[in-house]
Amino acid sequence: MSKHTGQNIAFWIFRLLGLIVVGILLWILGFIIWNGIGVIDWEFLTEAPTDGMTGGGIFPAIVGTCCLILGSMIVAFPIGVMSAIYTTEYAGNGRVVRFIRIMTDNLGGIPSIIFGLFGMSLFVNTLGWGDSILAGSFTLGLLVLPLVIRTTEEALKAIPDSFRTGSLALGATKLQTIRRVVLPMAFPNIVTGLILSIGRVSGETAPILFTVAAYFLPKLPTGIFDQVMALPYHLYVIATSGTDLESARPIAYGTALVLIVIVLIMNILASILRRYFGKKVKTN
Amino acid sequence: MKRFRRIVEKIAEGMLTLSGAVTTVTILLIVVFLFREGLGLFKSPAVEKGYALCVNVANPVDRLTPFQIKQIFDYAIVNWAELGGKDEAIELFRFDDIFSRYSDEELGAENDYALLPDKLGEVVASSPGIIAFLPEEYLPRDLKGVRMLRSEHITAGDFFGGREWIPTATPAPQFGTLPLLLGTLWVSIIAIFIALPLGLGVAIYLSELANEQTRKLLKPAIELLAGIPSVVYGFFGLVVLVPLVQKAFGLPVGETGFTGSVILAIMALPTIITVAEDAMRNTPRAMREASLALGATHWQTIYRVIVPYAKSGISAAVVLGIGRAIGETMAVLMVTGNAAVIPKTLFAPLRTIPATIAAELGEAPAGGAHYQALFMLGCILFLITLVINITAEAISKRQHNKGL
Repeated sequence: MSKHTGQNIAFWIFRLLGLIVVGILLWILGFIIWNGIGVIDWEFLTEAPTDGMTGGGIFPAIVGTCCLILGSMIVAFPIGVMSAIYTTEYAGNGRVVRFIRIMTDNLGGIPSIIFGLFGMSLFVNTLGWGDSILAGSFTLGLLVLPLVIRTTEEALKAIPDSFRTGSLALGATKLQTIRRVVLPMAFPNIVTGLILSIGRVSGETAPILFTVAAYFLPKLPTGIFDQVMALPYHLYVIATSGTDLESARPIAYGTALVLIVIVLIMNILASILRRYFGKKVKTN
Repeated sequence: MKRFRRIVEKIAEGMLTLSGAVTTVTILLIVVFLFREGLGLFKSPAVEKGYALCVNVANPVDRLTPFQIKQIFDYAIVNWAELGGKDEAIELFRFDDIFSRYSDEELGAENDYALLPDKLGEVVASSPGIIAFLPEEYLPRDLKGVRMLRSEHITAGDFFGGREWIPTATPAPQFGTLPLLLGTLWVSIIAIFIALPLGLGVAIYLSELANEQTRKLLKPAIELLAGIPSVVYGFFGLVVLVPLVQKAFGLPVGETGFTGSVILAIMALPTIITVAEDAMRNTPRAMREASLALGATHWQTIYRVIVPYAKSGISAAVVLGIGRAIGETMAVLMVTGNAAVIPKTLFAPLRTIPATIAAELGEAPAGGAHYQALFMLGCILFLITLVINITAEAISKRQHNKGL
């Protein structure tokens, strides 16, 4: 009997721990939503900051983050997908692939501030792009590269080999097989990876600190060599170093909420895609 | 036509092969640029750029470390005997002091201060205990009675062994990384102590106890926890945890290493849970069933069979969690108070390597010693995370081998 008492106690503790983790998440989300929801209105989303960033909206930061998402995806997505195609379809299973995989994993493990240093040294200073959307996009693009590669690899691996051999048996070349059979089938899952990467990029602060982010810049960017404001950096700035922290708090809550909503939407979108297309492949 | 297609095929294959190397090339570039900028630090003079230190020619001391220079100018060292010289009181002389000793006319003010170097030379030559901090353009031309201290470079010893990080100190900026390194390890390790029981418990719950429905609820919650941007964690920490910690422990400020550890613990949870759960799920069915068949309860099976079996996976989870915590920047920057002191208690402000880089790189002029020192910090961080990743890789490989 006593061994079951021990088991019961242990299992209740585990359930409690599970609850605590969910509780922490709800606490954070709830806190931001509760305090931020009142701030969000049309003006907040469409106007530039005013009054030393204690009033107005966050429109330039939203535009800036969109620019960075677009730019970094242009940098990372094509090359990431190509790299994944190489490792899953061409490279076999030898030393080279294992080496590449270790490198990809290690790149994924490098802290984001290092990417900031690297981006500043290479793109901003050495290549002379200055603080610009271009430099920021490349920095963020390299940061999410491992994520793009890994999700694409998984998407490609999920396609059964029978489709490949079938296509090859019909006389298609390897490239044709990849283009006409493998990629279309893996497409939804690759898009899922893209969405997750967008979620990641939109929240990163450290890599853009020294490569693109502007403290305050009410006008919108006109080219890829312009600086922009960005949501995460804006939140950092108004939470820590504004002229009047207390009166900037509502703006900070609003900005945090917008950031969280972006991440939430991306996560939900990804899981919907995964579920929907995951079923579809199975029934085929 | 067929030939054309074959050429296209070859070209495509070549491009794909090239793109396969992209992560490797990126890592190489990161290493090259980080170390190129960082190693420049050890070629930087210990004294602020454009300045030099002069002493009287009779003074036997000819080299000073950055830390000694700082102590001299802080009046912490007041006699040359403490530095291995003669028993002579140290007399500080800053460049501006010359204007209180001589009038503008005497210095040749109308003539671009043409006489200034000579007068400086006279001052230094006339006082045996003097140490003068002078701009290079006004250095005494006639070195009779004056000796320039040999221009020392910042050494690896100063950098790795130094206990003070004061990059803006004059005349000798202090780039001692010890407090930053210890601060980083300190917050991260305490964070893991907080996160480990929680994360391990949840991993056991997810892999052994939860039914499909609970899993469907918990898994996305953990993914979301991993997806929340670090700056939002930092903001949450700043407005919620900082006042909470301050009140709960009756502290003068709530921005402490402990606050940082709590935030880092939350942020490391998803990593720990996911990796540990994977490891436990990989326990072969036969082992569980054998244990249960021998009459063990489910709980006994968990802690006598499954957890020991997944030991290396769990260790990998811990290592990866530490790695996640060590590299985290924004959240730590916002809640730890950023005082560059060697941590002695849980509840004192401290400062980590990533936070230092983030806070100071913006104001360090490119190419200067401060800039290089921050890149050198980046190199340290890079090497630490590299070691951590390789360790985690090696540990989890052991698990796979055992599984076969």
